[in-house]
Amino acid sequence: MDPAPEQHGDPTVPLELLAARFAAVIREEGAAVSVDATITFCRALTRVGLTSDAGVYWAGRATLVTHPDDIPAYDRAFQRFWLRGPAPSQDAPAADPDEQVLSFDDPDLEGTDHETEDRPVTEVRYSPDDILRERDLGACSAEELAEAFRLIDRIELAVPHRRSRRRRSGGRGSGRLDTRRTVRRALRTSGELVDRPTTIRRVRPRRLVLLCDVSGSMEPYSRALLRFLHVVVASRYPAEAFAFSTRLTRLTRALRSPHPDVALDAAAAAIPDLSGGTRLGEILREFNDRWGVPGIARGAVVVVLSDGWDRGDPDELSAQMHRLRRVAHAIIWVNPLKAQPGYRPLARGMAAALPAVDRFVTGHSVAALEDLAELLADNLDRGRP
Amino acid sequence: MAATAGIDNPAVEELRARLEEHGYLADEGIATAIFLAIELERPLLLEGDAGVGKTEVAKTLTRMLDRPLIRLQCYEGIDVSQAVYEWDYARQLLHLRAAEIRSGDQLPQHAEDELYSERFLVRRPLLQAIDQHSDQPPVLLIDELDRADDEFEAFLLEVLSDYTISVPELGTIRADRPPLVVITSNRTRDLHDALKRRCIYHWVPHPGLEQEIAIVQRRAGVGPELARDIARAVERLRTAGLYKPPGVAESIDWARAVARLGREALDEHTAGVTLGQVVKHREDQEQLHRLGMQSILDDTGTD
Ligand SMILES: Nc1ncnc2c1ncn2[C@@H]1O[C@H](COP(=O)(O)OP(=O)(O)OP(=O)(O)O)[C@@H](O)[C@H]1O
Ligand SMILES: [Mg+2]
Repeated sequence: MDPAPEQHGDPTVPLELLAARFAAVIREEGAAVSVDATITFCRALTRVGLTSDAGVYWAGRATLVTHPDDIPAYDRAFQRFWLRGPAPSQDAPAADPDEQVLSFDDPDLEGTDHETEDRPVTEVRYSPDDILRERDLGACSAEELAEAFRLIDRIELAVPHRRSRRRRSGGRGSGRLDTRRTVRRALRTSGELVDRPTTIRRVRPRRLVLLCDVSGSMEPYSRALLRFLHVVVASRYPAEAFAFSTRLTRLTRALRSPHPDVALDAAAAAIPDLSGGTRLGEILREFNDRWGVPGIARGAVVVVLSDGWDRGDPDELSAQMHRLRRVAHAIIWVNPLKAQPGYRPLARGMAAALPAVDRFVTGHSVAALEDLAELLADNLDRGRP
Repeated sequence: MAATAGIDNPAVEELRARLEEHGYLADEGIATAIFLAIELERPLLLEGDAGVGKTEVAKTLTRMLDRPLIRLQCYEGIDVSQAVYEWDYARQLLHLRAAEIRSGDQLPQHAEDELYSERFLVRRPLLQAIDQHSDQPPVLLIDELDRADDEFEAFLLEVLSDYTISVPELGTIRADRPPLVVITSNRTRDLHDALKRRCIYHWVPHPGLEQEIAIVQRRAGVGPELARDIARAVERLRTAGLYKPPGVAESIDWARAVARLGREALDEHTAGVTLGQVVKHREDQEQLHRLGMQSILDDTGTD
């Protein structure tokens, strides 16, 4: 997918094509980019020009990114595409019969130096996997779910090629270093928490503790999320996994088998109350009393995967969340419902829990789980969410 | 200010300089976003934590472009009658009464027809912003949109798509030139993707240290040493795990409070007595007392 680097400065490559290719790279890095946005980016480039890397960077940030969580993916894509960062070795997606062909049709583009006649039709390819990646797991057919599971099983918690690429790009002398620093600085200050430049890479990764809601309301998502738990437990990070509905079940051992299907069967067999009700506060108290506060949550990154629908006492939930907050390094709450348009944390449980949460993210699609994996790997190594 | 040292694009650099002239210190990111919003005539959507300077962008643009500011403050339950227009029911009634009295008991047809004419229309901010016909369209600030409900957001999306508003009794009202729209959100919930796609988007981060020092100096009118102490301490507070991490607004308030006590630097005692200016949440204050003031100041003032 990456163009040969010379193309960026080559005036014969139409702007539309550059924009579409850049958008494709951003999608590869895991952020959604609409065709509308790609067109706006193109118009922005006609105003900002291609002469300054920082100018192009910010034009893209203003038009292609609509969510702070997507900024890291955008930064990686920018590095790869515009700063000629070493391309990762990945199999280029082959042309596919299912591809969609979309064309740009924008009056603003006509005045540019590039192809003024014969407006080019730019193909934006989505492979079927990419479409599935973005699909809400709760809305998947059985067949799609099976495919989605396959994609989830392939998620890796560590992103070694990306990591090493980033490190290398900082150390090497090149005429573009200044821009890279600009981009990196932007990356540092645009996340939700400000990263200190002096942060030292942690030598020993933090422990990860996952608590997955398998109550009735989570039904559409819980099987997929359990697979994600398996990915984490099978990774190189120290991890503990639990499922809960009316009771708390420790799943770490069941999920340890390297084979996903075997592990998932074992987990399902271990959970006595699959699709029951929820009492988040009581469950958390049990977790805190028995496991969390005495040991495994101390200094850990705790991930709660739940829609926050709760019949129990919100005060209890709030109190237990704060108890957990005091011992944990960070709490990440994954709520598949958060992806729905207009979502607000109105569920009583969710509202009670949120003040103690460091990061509140979605987990409704394969892509969202891939992002979560990256968030986790990043934080475990860096030591801050 | 390293972050703004060199903007290559002359038009963006000029905009940044003009913003600075009018009191807003912009880095290249936000300057580019504002530039594109103006150039492409798209709404500018600014998201970020409380107090990072989102609202101030609209106010500064108003001063800079010398245009009127029309502000719509959103809140839960805001509806068309508050945001767009409303018929002045009381005056309509009076009008009918008067017509009745003038003509005996037979109400003349024209009196009824007049009921839904412009003179009984109460224009709320959105209609005001659309229904204007100068070549200097106003700045329309839609503040804290995340507080409004979905339905309102959907309605707003329609207005921002074609800059028309339809009033059934009067017809469709169209802006000659679209207003310069600035939307802010604290992200208490996500806005619709469709709306975001209409907009030029900028995530407003907390400023970098040097930038914040410059803002505090300028806005609070304090010396560089105090500004640096404050900016450093606030930077630490932002990573102290508070419910409400302080924004630039709090830095400015804090610097002013310390300056009022006649101090030119921040020491532990002064910080203690002025803390309420920067950390407003009771539980946050308790947490800070637990951590000890010194942990926030530690190495401030060491260089
Ligand atoms: N870059 C800046 N240059 C100059 N002043 C700034 C800047 N950023 C913030 N300020 C000042 O900080 C204060 C807070 O800004 P503002 O009210 O715009 O924040 P906000 O993001 O809208 O916050 P809220 O979400 O609470 O409404 C204002 O007094 C503003 O003047
Ligand atoms: Mg504001």
